Amino acid sequence: MTNSPPPGTFFQRDFTWHPPALTPGYKTSVTRAPQRARIAYDNTVTELTGPTFGHNIIGELDNDLTLNYARPGHSAQGPRIIVHGHVLDEEARPVPNVLVEFWQANAGGRYRHKKDSYLAPLDPDFGGCGRTVTDAEGRYHFRTILPGPYPWPNGVNDWRPAHIHFSLFGHGFAQRLITQMYFEGDPHIDICPILQTIPSKAAIDTLVARLDMNHTVPMDARAYRMDFVLRGQRQTLFENKMEGM
Amino acid sequence: MRYLKETPSQTAGPYVHIGCVPSFAGLEGMFGGRDLGDKMITGDAKGERITLTGHVHDGTGMAIRDALLEIWQADAAGLYNSPQERRGAADPHFTGWGRQPTDGETGRYRFETIKPGPVPWSDGRMQAPHILVWIVARGINMGLATRVYFDDEQEANAADPLLARIEHRDRIPTLLARREGDTYHFDIHLQGPDETIFFDI
Repeated sequence: MTNSPPPGTFFQRDFTWHPPALTPGYKTSVTRAPQRARIAYDNTVTELTGPTFGHNIIGELDNDLTLNYARPGHSAQGPRIIVHGHVLDEEARPVPNVLVEFWQANAGGRYRHKKDSYLAPLDPDFGGCGRTVTDAEGRYHFRTILPGPYPWPNGVNDWRPAHIHFSLFGHGFAQRLITQMYFEGDPHIDICPILQTIPSKAAIDTLVARLDMNHTVPMDARAYRMDFVLRGQRQTLFENKMEGM
Repeated sequence: MRYLKETPSQTAGPYVHIGCVPSFAGLEGMFGGRDLGDKMITGDAKGERITLTGHVHDGTGMAIRDALLEIWQADAAGLYNSPQERRGAADPHFTGWGRQPTDGETGRYRFETIKPGPVPWSDGRMQAPHILVWIVARGINMGLATRVYFDDEQEANAADPLLARIEHRDRIPTLLARREGDTYHFDIHLQGPDETIFFDI
């Protein structure tokens, strides 16, 4: 790859689409929100490159949360689901070889974490994390159980909708993204202070997974479809043409 | 022309450790018992071994104890270990990518790495050696990107094209790691008079 042209820069981020830093309805943001403007600059090789993780790091059960922490012969408790979809860029091109990591509460809404003291019990057969790498068509899938909603200390009676956390790596570090996925029909979506940090209903809607009966495995697990979009990238070819004009 | 919109960001939340550093979170044996990014030097890597350490402070000055940091940097020769690196092959014994939580008691983070070489700016001028840092935590709605520069690289820093365009010169020290032996100290301030410069990358 030596001497081939450098990759093109990424499309500018639309910060009106993402949540702003300061969102007083989500109280913890108040002391953790930077107040000065971000300083922008054209991507350099630092931001255009990023780590890659081959399919060889992925263990056989890494994408099956029903089994990857379960005792032999057991599986996690709760409604069994499959979450699947594509990772695309802003031009709808599939993004292969993306490391996708996910974590979630158990069916009762309890995390396996020392900071979580919710009275719902831990499930001895559920750890709550998994990972996979997208294939050549940008597809990913994993098995898990439907996470439960849970109360959290913000207002006295705030509850999180059922959700799964996602971390995605693109091909350049400028595409790095952490977000959360929700489930179609959950009445908590409209009243969640964390979801409502996102300014538009249209943006929130892109985080809501749809029930997908066509990929449901009969008598086993229902499927939910969730696509992710990472930042698009300018074509180097086009830039070269511009330079020659 | 119709484009898709980038998936909106959401906070990594207080339980980010379960997904990103499960062994640290106590999920014994998960993913072979090793957290991804815990080791950047995988063999006889070239370059100077350094420790990068510090705290992440909130607006009250308190060190936050539930953050997760990732760093991305070039090797000693200024090459990135990435398929997108088109200038040559990076050191095979150095990943360039690290991920560490802040300590649950003290709030300190710590990376064992090497000092990066300089890499070019988009017009070919050289940038001073630097490390890209990305911070996520409960209360941070979208990952924050900043850069570590080194306080013993005064000449290179003075010629750095990015540092040169920062209007408020008194903020540049927020990007400088302070050398003490083989350790560089770099504290991040999310807000307040010493607020770290964050970048739109």
